[in-house]
Amino acid sequence: MTTRTSDAAPPTARASTGRASGFVPSVLLVLEGQWIWYRLNWRATLISSVLLPVLFLVAMGMGMGALVEPSEATRGLDYLVYLAPAMLVVGAVQTAAGEATYPVLSGFKWQKNFWAVTATPISPEQIACGKLLWIMLRLTFSGVAFLAVAALLGAVAGVGVLLSLVFAVLTGMALAAPVVAVAARMQGEGDGFNALFRFIVLPMMLFAGTFYPISRLPEPLQPIAWVAPLWHGTELARGAAFGTLAPLPTLGHLTYLIGLFLVGTVLSCRMFRKRLVV
Amino acid sequence: MSVEPTTIEQSAPPPRHVAGPLLRIFPPGLYAGRASRLVERSMLAGRGAWLAILSGFFEPLFYLLSLGVAFGGMVGQLSAPGGAPIDYAAFIAPGLLAVSAMNGAVYDATFNIFFKLKHAKLYDAVLATPMGPLDVAIAEITWAVLRGGVYSAGFLCVMLGMGLITSPWALLALPAAVLVSFAFAAVGMAATTFIRSTQDFDFVQLAILPMALFSTTFFPLEVYPRAAQLLVQCLPLFHGVELMRGLSTGAVSWGLLGHVGYFVVMAGIGVVIATRRLERLLLK
Repeated sequence: MTTRTSDAAPPTARASTGRASGFVPSVLLVLEGQWIWYRLNWRATLISSVLLPVLFLVAMGMGMGALVEPSEATRGLDYLVYLAPAMLVVGAVQTAAGEATYPVLSGFKWQKNFWAVTATPISPEQIACGKLLWIMLRLTFSGVAFLAVAALLGAVAGVGVLLSLVFAVLTGMALAAPVVAVAARMQGEGDGFNALFRFIVLPMMLFAGTFYPISRLPEPLQPIAWVAPLWHGTELARGAAFGTLAPLPTLGHLTYLIGLFLVGTVLSCRMFRKRLVV
Repeated sequence: MSVEPTTIEQSAPPPRHVAGPLLRIFPPGLYAGRASRLVERSMLAGRGAWLAILSGFFEPLFYLLSLGVAFGGMVGQLSAPGGAPIDYAAFIAPGLLAVSAMNGAVYDATFNIFFKLKHAKLYDAVLATPMGPLDVAIAEITWAVLRGGVYSAGFLCVMLGMGLITSPWALLALPAAVLVSFAFAAVGMAATTFIRSTQDFDFVQLAILPMALFSTTFFPLEVYPRAAQLLVQCLPLFHGVELMRGLSTGAVSWGLLGHVGYFVVMAGIGVVIATRRLERLLLK
C-alpha cells in the first residue's frame, strides 16, 4: 500500500515551485491575464484605436482629398485610396505607443501587477514578452476593425491590404518594443511620455510620408523620414496594397523594422529583469 | 463656577438664498475674490512641467509645416472668406490657431483639473480657506486661458514670420483666441466635473479630435454635402475658425460678431455649470 501513497502525492506542489512550465506557456499566461482585464475594459479602446483613425481617414482622405487631383504624387489613385494603407500604419503606431507607455509604467508603479506576477514562477522576461505579444494582438484587432470600416468607405484597393495589415502590426511593434524598454526604466509619473507623443509620434505622422511622398519635403528634412519606422511601414503597406512591392527595398524596410523590434524586445526583457529582480 | 463650553458652537447653516436670479446663480460664499491666488499656485506648480507646457506650442506648428507647406503644393489655391485666392498654408494657419486655442484650453481644463479634483484633492484643501468654488472655477479657467493665449501669441508670430498674415486685423486674432480658449476652458471644466474615471477621457478625445478635423480647419465648407454643412456650422470650433480666418485675411464684417456672441454665451454657460457642479461635488 506504500506505493499508492507515493502515487497520491499532490502533483500541484511540484508545479508551483521553480519554473513550472516552458517559456511559451508562461508567456501565454501573461497574455491571458491581459485578456481578462481587457474583456472588461475594451469599449474605451474602440474609440482611440478604431474610431479616431477612421475619422482621420474620412477627414483627410475625403475632405482634404477633395482638394487633390489624382496625380503622380498619389500614384495616380484617388487620395482616399492612397491614404488608407498609410492611415492603417499610423493607427497601429499610435495604438502601439499608447499601449507601450502608461500601461507598462502602471504595471510597475500604479497597479503593480508586474510585481504580483513576479511572485509566481513567471519570470520578468516572460512578463515582458507577454506584454509585447499582447500589444501585437491589440494592433491586429484594431487593424482588422479599421480595415473593415475603410472597406465600407471604399478606401481599400484590394485584398493586398491584408498584407498591409501584417506590415502595419510589424511597424507598430518596431516602435512598441523599444518604447516598452524605456517605459520599464521610467521612474517619474510618466511626464516623459508627453514628449514621446509630441516630438516623435506626431512628427512621424506628419513628416514621414503619410500624407504625401517624402520627396515633397525639403531635402534636408528627408533623412528624418529614413530613421522613422513609420516611413518604412508606410512604404511597405502601400506597396502591398497597390501591388507595387519591389524585392530589394522591401527587404531593406523589413530588415530595419524587424531589427528595431528584436533589439527592443531584448532591451525590454533586460529592463524588466533589472526592475523586478535585481 | 461656570465652565466654558468645550465644543465650538456649530455655525448656523447658510440661509437659503431666495433673492433675484443673479444671487441664485452666484450665491454669496461661492466667491471670495481671491481667484488670483490659485492662478499663482498653478504658475508655481507649472514650473516643474515646463516641457509639457511648452510642447503644446509645437503641435500646430508641425501641422502647419507639414500640411501647409509640403502638402499645400499638391493643392493649389483656395478662396479666402473675401473671395480672393489664398495659399493652402494661409488657409489652414488660422484654422490651426483656433484648434490650438481649443486644445490648450481643453486639455488643461479636463486632464489637469480631473487630477486635482480626484487624486490630489487640491480643491478640498482650497475650500478649507476662505476661497469658494467660483474662485476655483475662475482661477482654473484663467490659467487655461493664459496657456492658450501664450500658444496663440507664439503661433501668430510664426504666421507673421511665414508671411501668412495679410491684414492688420490679425492683431485682433489674439483677443479672439483668448475668448475661444475661455469658452472651451469653461465648458471643459464643466464637463470634467461629470467625469467618473480616466477611461472617460476617451469621450473628451472623441469630442475634440473630430471637431478639429471637421470644422473646416483643413478644407473649406463647400466640400461637404448640404446637410453636413449645417451640422458643421453648429460646432463651436467652426465659429472659432471662421473668426480667425476672417481676421487674419482681413475679411472683416459685422457677421464676425455673431461668432463672438456664440463664444460669449458658451463661456457663460460653462462658468455657471462648472461653479454649481463644483459646489455640489465639494461642499455637499
